[in-house]
Amino acid sequence: MEVQEHKFKVIGTRPIRHDGVDKVTGRARYGADISLPGMLHGRVLRSPHAHARIKSIDVSAALALPGVKAVLTSEDFPKLAAGVVQMGELPMNPRYLSMNLMAQDKVLYDGHAVAAVAATSSHIAEEAVNLIKVEYELLPHVQNVLDAMKDNAPILLPEVRTSGTPEKSDKETNIASQLRFARGDLEAGFKAADVVVEREFDTAMVHQGYIEPHNAVAQYNSDGQTTIWVSTQGAFTTRDQCAMALNIPASSIKVVPAEIGGGFGGKIGIYLEPLALLLSKKTGKPVKMVMSRADVLRATGPTSGSHIRVKMGANKAGKITAAQVWMAYEAGAFPGSPVGAGCMTALAPYDLENLQIDGFDVLVNKPKTAAYRAPGSTNAAMGTETVVDELAEKLGIDPLEFRRINGAKEGTAQPAGPKFLRIGFLETVEAIKTSPHYQSPLPKSGNGKLRGRGVASGFWFNAGFQSSATVNINTDGTASVVTGSTDIGGTRTSCAMIAAEVLGLKAEEVHPVVADTESIGHTDMTGGSRVTFATGYAVYEAAQDAVNQLKQRAATLWKAKPEEVVYQDGSVSHTTNGNESMTLKELAGKLPRAGGPVTGRASVNPRGVGPAFATHVVDVEVDPETGKVDILRYTATQDVGKAVHPSYVEGQMQGAVAQGVGWALNE
Amino acid sequence: MANKVQVETTLNGETVEFLCEPRQSLLEVLRDVLGFTGTKEGCLTGDCGACSVILDGRVSCSCLVLGVEAQGKTIQTVEGLAQSDKLHPLQQKFLEHAALQCGICTPGFLVAAKALLDRNPNPTEHEVRYGLAGNLCRCTGYDKIVRAVLDAAAVMQGR
Repeated sequence: MEVQEHKFKVIGTRPIRHDGVDKVTGRARYGADISLPGMLHGRVLRSPHAHARIKSIDVSAALALPGVKAVLTSEDFPKLAAGVVQMGELPMNPRYLSMNLMAQDKVLYDGHAVAAVAATSSHIAEEAVNLIKVEYELLPHVQNVLDAMKDNAPILLPEVRTSGTPEKSDKETNIASQLRFARGDLEAGFKAADVVVEREFDTAMVHQGYIEPHNAVAQYNSDGQTTIWVSTQGAFTTRDQCAMALNIPASSIKVVPAEIGGGFGGKIGIYLEPLALLLSKKTGKPVKMVMSRADVLRATGPTSGSHIRVKMGANKAGKITAAQVWMAYEAGAFPGSPVGAGCMTALAPYDLENLQIDGFDVLVNKPKTAAYRAPGSTNAAMGTETVVDELAEKLGIDPLEFRRINGAKEGTAQPAGPKFLRIGFLETVEAIKTSPHYQSPLPKSGNGKLRGRGVASGFWFNAGFQSSATVNINTDGTASVVTGSTDIGGTRTSCAMIAAEVLGLKAEEVHPVVADTESIGHTDMTGGSRVTFATGYAVYEAAQDAVNQLKQRAATLWKAKPEEVVYQDGSVSHTTNGNESMTLKELAGKLPRAGGPVTGRASVNPRGVGPAFATHVVDVEVDPETGKVDILRYTATQDVGKAVHPSYVEGQMQGAVAQGVGWALNE
Repeated sequence: MANKVQVETTLNGETVEFLCEPRQSLLEVLRDVLGFTGTKEGCLTGDCGACSVILDGRVSCSCLVLGVEAQGKTIQTVEGLAQSDKLHPLQQKFLEHAALQCGICTPGFLVAAKALLDRNPNPTEHEVRYGLAGNLCRCTGYDKIVRAVLDAAAVMQGR
């Protein structure tokens, strides 16, 4: 497929972000900055045990403390049936959602919420939390997948049966689900190999580590309507989850998205929001809840730790003949690790005839896992890429050349089956190969330290999903763009730039707004690199809609036909009745006499998202005495499609590398 | 309220009086008593630097300082960096270099960078990295922040 190079005026430039001044002056309002008259402060009592039965909860001393206005336990939550409800593209289990918000009969991990308090100050709320007496019966706990998969392992959720097995079993288990992708003849493939490498990997549970703790402010009104201000990756997703957990209509909740201090996938789920809502309902006052850093690390996020076995064989020509991957991912206390995505992304950069990938979603006594930067793919890549590099080394083939020989391209079948459309994997390999970094030899070390160079590749699908946008033409010929997508790192600006490109305006002449759940059509969460693609697409369509309306209005003024009017570079013109033209500014001033305001709108659920491939190279120095590792040089390449705002695309890649280094060495 | 203490301090050049409980941190006083929410809470343990303020000329974690300790001291917060409608060169360079993504750590970085340039107007890259070592950013990987601070220093030196 030929890729056309468009000439853009705004796309690809680096304007200053529209929310920038607010964020460098301290004016930007994050969730914890919200303050309302008469506001109470909430705190959560959390389990100090990884697995225990709750025998009793005595809240009397807490309630008696002056300043305490309400206490919440699982008794205040509706009992919900188990089962899977499709929420947008995300399968949700209402019962598990509710059980994670507030422990019911058992606590399933250290940090599991047991009770919550609302008081006139956060200090009083904290004192009150410590006055709640909980009697626990300790149960044996299990902390890693291999132990949790054993026959005699302590069971977290007695109702769980493994789904995805060939035969139905009625055995209690911690394996919530399993899946397999297989094709070709594995045995024959390994027989045809000249070299086989087999390795095992353990990866640790790691936290997204956003600097801003979770927060929520809720105001319940006596008419049954609640407003929630919160730093979330998805205002609509938060609304729908709260409605599900509390068994109330979604329309009874308005979520106002505050600025968000990082998320990386960890602020899609809900933790405090329904608690603040119920405490506000009990007290009639607005309630603010902000987690401590310890609460964030104990009870939210993380991504799965895992145990991974990889066996791969290749022949002397460098062709991979067979690949087998076995992966068990920690789900945390409730089903739902990203092992499915791990299975779909493991080996995705390669064109393989013979493969088998097995994945297991395993319950352990740790917090329920959440999405984290290409969830599932990172663990898998750690295992497969290490083995790919070792195979290349054993065969004496350059690791990039090895990837070129085996690399996926347009038409290659993915491990899960579907064929890739146009992709840029080999281009990332080539970009590293020709980089100044790879072209330079690894400098020799002194002081007996060891140096090495490694390369690795990775794959992520990227996401479409639902987005809405409106583009309003202002009376002075500028525009505002309204979307429902949390801006976590510059997407407001990329959306404004897309509208500016269509309207022929400067980026600064388009004012982007992230709206609440009552001011814009449904929009799925910010995640999966979807906002600039899907919300950007909605903005593009909405801007086109505005352009069509502007052409109609100009036609009315000129008594011409709309199709005779041309919109280009921020001006309308027509040639049928002489040469007439108007700038958008002139036309905007005449709209009251030409049919009224112009509002373009669009709602989309786009398919055909371009997947992302990356190849990185790193030079490291290891001190054999202490094990200390220094990163000497790091070069990353990624197929990003068209970079709408290159500075923020670079920032995503730089930040991701820093997090990856953290995972590998420190976390 | 009898246990509240009256404190007088200088905040961003203005004399400010407030009442606070002895257990309230300076961070809490700034945010919840005085409404200066530009200073952020990230950890409350002095690890992340989101709550950085300049206290008598030294960059400090306001979560580790009690409100009552501000008596007679001089405090600068992110709100005091810009002069009326003119951004401080550090603020301007953070915008130009896209040195922020989510922005929650940005006030702390700006304050720490201001303290650094106050005492060392011409820092090397190494000195910038060392001067900002007390501030964590999870989004950017620091590269653009360091470039922004070096560029701001150059502009302030008239280079």
